[in-house]
Amino acid sequence: MSGGVSGTSRACDDCLRRTHLIALLAGRIERERHRRRLPELLALGDEALVAAVAGRDASAVRRGLAAFAPAAARAACEAAGLVALCVCDARYPARLLEGPDAPAVLHVAGNPACLEALAGEMDAAPAVAIVGARRSTAYGDEVARALGRGLAAAGVPVVSGMAFGIDAAAQAGALEAGGPTIAVLAGGADVPYPRSKRRLYERITGPGGPGCVVSELPPGFQPFRWCFPARNRIIAGLAGLTVVVEAAERSGSLITADLAAGLGRTVGAVPGRVTTPQAAGANALLADGAALVRDACEALDLLLGPGAHERRPPSPLGDGLEPRLRAVLEAVAAGSDVAGTVATHPADVHAAGLALTELELLGHLRRDHCGRYTVIPQ
Amino acid sequence: MSLARAVTFAIDGIASRRVLVEVDVRVGLPAFTIVGCGDMSVRESRERIRAALLNSGFEFPARRITANLAPAALRKVGPGFDLAIACALLAAGGQVPVESLERWAIFGELSLGGEVRPCRGTLAVAEGARRAGSTGLLVPRAAAREAALVDGLSIAAVGSLREVVAVLAGEVEPPAPPEAQGEEPGETLDDLDDVRGHLLPIRALVVAAAGGHNLLLAGPPGTGKTMLARRLPSILPPLTHPEAVEVTRIHSVAGLRMGEGLAQRRPLRAPHHTISASGLVGGGSSPTPGEVSMAHHGVLFLDELSEFARTSLEALRQPLEDGRVVVVRSQRTAIYPARFMLVASTNPCPCGHAGSPLCRCMEGDVLRYRRRLSGPLLDRMDLLVHVARPSAAELAGESLTSSADARADVARSRAVQTARFEGTPITCNAQMPSRLLRVHAGLDETGETTLARAYDREHLSARGHHRILRVARTIADLAGAEAIGVKHLIEALQFRQDTGALELAA
Repeated sequence: MSGGVSGTSRACDDCLRRTHLIALLAGRIERERHRRRLPELLALGDEALVAAVAGRDASAVRRGLAAFAPAAARAACEAAGLVALCVCDARYPARLLEGPDAPAVLHVAGNPACLEALAGEMDAAPAVAIVGARRSTAYGDEVARALGRGLAAAGVPVVSGMAFGIDAAAQAGALEAGGPTIAVLAGGADVPYPRSKRRLYERITGPGGPGCVVSELPPGFQPFRWCFPARNRIIAGLAGLTVVVEAAERSGSLITADLAAGLGRTVGAVPGRVTTPQAAGANALLADGAALVRDACEALDLLLGPGAHERRPPSPLGDGLEPRLRAVLEAVAAGSDVAGTVATHPADVHAAGLALTELELLGHLRRDHCGRYTVIPQ
Repeated sequence: MSLARAVTFAIDGIASRRVLVEVDVRVGLPAFTIVGCGDMSVRESRERIRAALLNSGFEFPARRITANLAPAALRKVGPGFDLAIACALLAAGGQVPVESLERWAIFGELSLGGEVRPCRGTLAVAEGARRAGSTGLLVPRAAAREAALVDGLSIAAVGSLREVVAVLAGEVEPPAPPEAQGEEPGETLDDLDDVRGHLLPIRALVVAAAGGHNLLLAGPPGTGKTMLARRLPSILPPLTHPEAVEVTRIHSVAGLRMGEGLAQRRPLRAPHHTISASGLVGGGSSPTPGEVSMAHHGVLFLDELSEFARTSLEALRQPLEDGRVVVVRSQRTAIYPARFMLVASTNPCPCGHAGSPLCRCMEGDVLRYRRRLSGPLLDRMDLLVHVARPSAAELAGESLTSSADARADVARSRAVQTARFEGTPITCNAQMPSRLLRVHAGLDETGETTLARAYDREHLSARGHHRILRVARTIADLAGAEAIGVKHLIEALQFRQDTGALELAA
């Protein structure tokens, strides 16, 4: 693949044509996916792919491809405010090239700098993927958020899928620390998906923001089901370390972990309660030999090698709080989540309620929409 | 003599308007027509009057009878005109002295047997009669205690058409309204002392009652949200006399009470979530008061708030804002007072089990569910309290609060508020406009820092800021404190809304 580079859309003609082909064939890939594995399909060359999935429509697809105008594709990117980065570009993330099915073009919304930082030497600037259940627990959200915050604070980009639950929590955490974060979407990079994460999307791509949103598919593209596992391969491919925070037994996050392992990357998992269904997948990963990740420091150790990152001794829970508040914080850490269970005696419920609110104001606790409190890992 | 006039009243909104009944009896084919913009129940009145007259032993003239209800432009609804038409008819037929109808205004429904029955809006009619300068009002005995609430009007409490004629003819003294039989029995109010656990929700009820704040109870099904809300009237301050008269007037017009004298208790209205917008705020082709007006000076409880139709909830905006409802229909405009405390309950998610492993809702479902509630309605909810399942120990334990104690606390803090807002139309902290917040709800330096911290952590919206100050003011009043302390502020923050919690979670 080779070709000219022009304008803010830096992708070459060939790569844009490849992207156009994938978009053209998206519906047919969806049908073919039950017969052939997705990575195999995506690794096929243009002609082979058409032959493999288009069937009787092959000639129509070829005509559609022949009619493709790179200038129009570039204009569409520009109109959507996306920067297109193709595999031929030196700024293309080096790690992604390791897989046989590297996306031809990455469409980037927001600040492309944090993606371009991943180009060049493999070990120069690694990123960490944090993935997990959409239907997560409040505890899982807090852990993901804290991991995101810790990694971003250390300057490590956090890669995830902006999905409900763990993904969004990790990226929100990275934003809290003002650090870089990369959201990889299954559909067009200009379309916030899921829709209710629009605010997060805006915070990631906002002007001057440290992050970006990436997709291999052209602007405005509505994702098919296969696009989600395909997106997962980009998440796994971009990151040097993939951490699964919460995943049920059959979960898309485990696909990401498999893909990462397949690329020879380190896979880590955060342990969960054995009785929580959302933790079963992550615990199973640990049983299979995934690295144990309890906080951002451990993730950094895994990523950069032990000692590469200065380790703070973990401060005891509620350090520096008055005993009254520390007792309540410890009760929440031990699993009590509302004033009624934190208080040991009914007469103490009022005091417990006030203490919970104080701890929340001090940033030690968070109240979820059900009125339950969770500890925010410091 | 073939023409007679009687005075009666028609219900218009929650007031009444004077209606002149004219009956003309002349030679012709026997017929009985009622004109003057009456509805179906007024037309049916002919059959009741005919039977009542004959069954009471009077003569029903076999002539051409025309009854006119003036002013003809006013739409007239209900059976309350029966008695006045019957009396005018008797007078026109010479069975009752015509002049006697000048002394009395007449209001009541007739049965076929000639008994007089109470009908809606007697208090409003009595007030209208006094305003119109009538000297006396003839009302059914069963409604007479209600009419007697109006001073300066002689009330004749009559039981049958024969008795009415006897009073008009001066044969008997007008019977006085029956005495009230001691305290109105009514149903006893549910008391807080049969609640186990739920200390924070009870505290929220007390704060809400003290400051007149609207309250949102959130929690899974079966945790006791409804049970708690039903106990709110038991801790509210008693009705003042003018309030009681207003409540009685509205309830009488709405047909909730018939002549039981003065309302004693603050109403609690709990309409089902299938209620229509006009059922909630009032309406109908001839407007009638809605639930918000029946809850005037009391509590409107909306159970399962998110199940209510969006249009119904939207319709609540005007009463929440203005304390009244203006219903405009093709015929008339009616204004109904509607100043009430709104208490609502909601599940945290569509299945109600959010936060527990039983919950099968996706984050998107939960967001959608909560978004249905968002906006102007939630902006009016000063307090949010999460109602959790009480523990087994709490259920087995003693109750820790009684309504009497709570009522005393509420009354004390209301007294403080009355003094504070003396000379203004404001009656409680919840109505305090932001201009007065600066005067009455100032914070010290620690308080300001605490509030700023809550704001920075996105625990609060800009709008929520004012709500917190109002609630903190009430909590300080309950504690008998002059200034709002940090403790009061933190407690207010505990009861803040967290609509943003999900969105903020990313």
